[in-house]
Amino acid sequence: MKKAMSLMLALAMVLALAACGGSTGGTSGGTQPAAPSTGTQTSTGTQSSSGGSEGSASGAFKFGGSGPLTGDAAIYGKAAMNGAQIAVDEINAKGGIQIEFNPQDDEADGEKAVNAYNNLMDWGMQVMVGPVTTGSAIAASAVAYNDRTFCLTPSASSTDVTANKDNMYQLCFTDPNQGTGSADYIAENMPGHKIAVIYRNDDAYSQGIRDTFVKEAAAKGLTVVYEGTFTKDTQTDFSVQLGKAQSEGADLLFLPIYYQPASVILAQAKSMNYAPIFFGVDGMDGILTMEGFDTSLAEGVMLLTPFAADAGDDLTKNFVAEYQKRFNETPNQFAADGYDVVYVLYNALTESGCTPDMSAKDICEKLIAQIQKTSYNGLTGQDMTWSANGEVSKMPTAVVIQNGVYVSA
Amino acid sequence: MIKNLKPHTKQNIITFLGLAVVWIVVTVLRSQGALGRSTLGLLVPICCYVVMAISLNLTVGIMGELSLGHAGFMGIGAFTGIVVSQSLMRVTSSVPLRLLAAMLVGALFAGIFGFLIGIPVLRLRGDYLAIVTLAFGEIIKELITCLLVGVDENGLHMIFNYKGLKNVEDLNLSEAGQVIIKGAQGATGTQTIATFNAGMLLIFVTLFIILHTIYSRTGRAIMAIRDNRIAAESVGIDITKHKMIAFVMSAAMAGSAGALYGLNYSNLVAAKFDFNTSILVLVFVVLGGLGNMRGSIIAAVLLYVLPEALRGMHDYRMLIYAVILIVVMLTTNSPAAKNFFGRFRFGKKGGAEE
Repeated sequence: MKKAMSLMLALAMVLALAACGGSTGGTSGGTQPAAPSTGTQTSTGTQSSSGGSEGSASGAFKFGGSGPLTGDAAIYGKAAMNGAQIAVDEINAKGGIQIEFNPQDDEADGEKAVNAYNNLMDWGMQVMVGPVTTGSAIAASAVAYNDRTFCLTPSASSTDVTANKDNMYQLCFTDPNQGTGSADYIAENMPGHKIAVIYRNDDAYSQGIRDTFVKEAAAKGLTVVYEGTFTKDTQTDFSVQLGKAQSEGADLLFLPIYYQPASVILAQAKSMNYAPIFFGVDGMDGILTMEGFDTSLAEGVMLLTPFAADAGDDLTKNFVAEYQKRFNETPNQFAADGYDVVYVLYNALTESGCTPDMSAKDICEKLIAQIQKTSYNGLTGQDMTWSANGEVSKMPTAVVIQNGVYVSA
Repeated sequence: MIKNLKPHTKQNIITFLGLAVVWIVVTVLRSQGALGRSTLGLLVPICCYVVMAISLNLTVGIMGELSLGHAGFMGIGAFTGIVVSQSLMRVTSSVPLRLLAAMLVGALFAGIFGFLIGIPVLRLRGDYLAIVTLAFGEIIKELITCLLVGVDENGLHMIFNYKGLKNVEDLNLSEAGQVIIKGAQGATGTQTIATFNAGMLLIFVTLFIILHTIYSRTGRAIMAIRDNRIAAESVGIDITKHKMIAFVMSAAMAGSAGALYGLNYSNLVAAKFDFNTSILVLVFVVLGGLGNMRGSIIAAVLLYVLPEALRGMHDYRMLIYAVILIVVMLTTNSPAAKNFFGRFRFGKKGGAEE
């Protein structure tokens, strides 16, 4: 009796595996030859389909996106993917080269990011927008490197993302740049403050910025009086760290952290009547659109971001208007990053003469050569250029939150 | 001849045969290129989670104690495995050798930690044991977060960065050195050498060890403790010893699964091995049936594949996953469903067995 059941379940298991591949089998053929693991092109079955799907039939480039659409970091992933979608729609409305965009959820987890990436490759992705968060990007980029798929991440900021991978480029500042940039800005504009740092020491992003910030602060002669740490599990209470910072007399609190813990810090600092200058980095971006957050708490918070939604140029104005119309909120830096990524890729694709029928591998080689020659003016900076190691060069600007919106500081 | 086998032996042979069939089918499909990228990418993590599930089933199902820190052992195995594999890169270029060494050392370290943790933990029972294993799982995660490890020609360099004020430069690595674990930033730049075949082999070995243990004298003693501790004690069974055997075995197997898992991703952070991962594995075990190894394997595969198969649902993916979980739990336990399956069994076999 159990035998019959077990056979059925074993069959179901095989079917589940096969269904997973089968549903996307048609397009997978096109990208298979790039994968070393399945490099044998002996089968005649896939050969016929690979001919047809080498380029997509509709004559459109296939852009895959990967970012956290659910979970803790969902604001980043959603914003970046929304921004990218707007850019894709604008390009498609122009006529000419068309783009298909497929955003996938990676839950900001390396394991899921690799799954999402593989899923996109089955779909026939030619160029990748993402992954949005650092851990995901490192995990997925290693696979993408072996496959030769070109990736331009909107916001994965660790240097490990691009290290030793010539197909991986960043649109955002690297963590070291954010750390040194913040220290330089503080040294120049508000010297003499006593600085406290609160950072999350089980997070690559936070620890990375803290390391370079402290180093640069020491070099610039800034005084760091206190450093407090927290982890993912202890990010709901900061009374100890804040109390310590207050008793050490810190009047500038540097927060190289994401916006959820930052919102708790702001609320708790207010309840204990501690009002230093709060200085954040790009992870602080998103705090104003957080659900249930009292934006008055964020009054006067400074952050280093390449994008300010109140900027007067036409590009920003149009983008902000469109974003508000579609998603009913003010776009943050991640949305702008996503938007810029698509345009940078679009420009590089057209300038290097890529066509939608080329394989992801060929496009990758062309884009690597092209992007280092490109200079791009976008929402998140003027004259952006890329070096061979994948880092972008652009100017960071500091903004301050006033009346619930970013104002250039 | 088959008729003379004990019923459980027959069942176990079926389990192994089923696994072998799956292995062969997947290998054939793979060589034909019939599997998509997403399926191929899932193979190794599935193997890891299957081993996690059957090893946890040893603690939860056979020993009857709820352990909520299983992911911690996986984490130990993963990070020691990565260190071993990356260090051996300087000594040998043989990938299977490095993989084997990583899994063995991962199992060894996880086993040692399992023993150390077992000393205080196994004095407890029921809820208390669950709470303390949960705490130990978290402690392991936090300890790994504090580790800085690098390797150069002079050997391993290690710093325990408990104040969080040091960074990789304090490791004093030489020019040719390589940082393996960067504290909170986890292990980056790991060479991914895990393979599906290694995973299947690991499943076979762990399953063999576990089944062998269950039907041995030790296994019967462990189950006797589970069923009635006082009666077991009264007939002279050494409770601590047998509980410890099961717990350490379970930890060591989780360690080897972790080593395989760690070597499948070029980036791995300790935060991955948190409470949620422990619960995920526990869900595999509970849905597959306590003490039922075959059930654990099937549940682990199906529940791991499900969220990926639901990618087409976009935003509703995790919602549907949760609903399916609840439905499965309700239906497999409802009298109506049991009745239905019962009828199906009788119709098929006429109640000839058992």
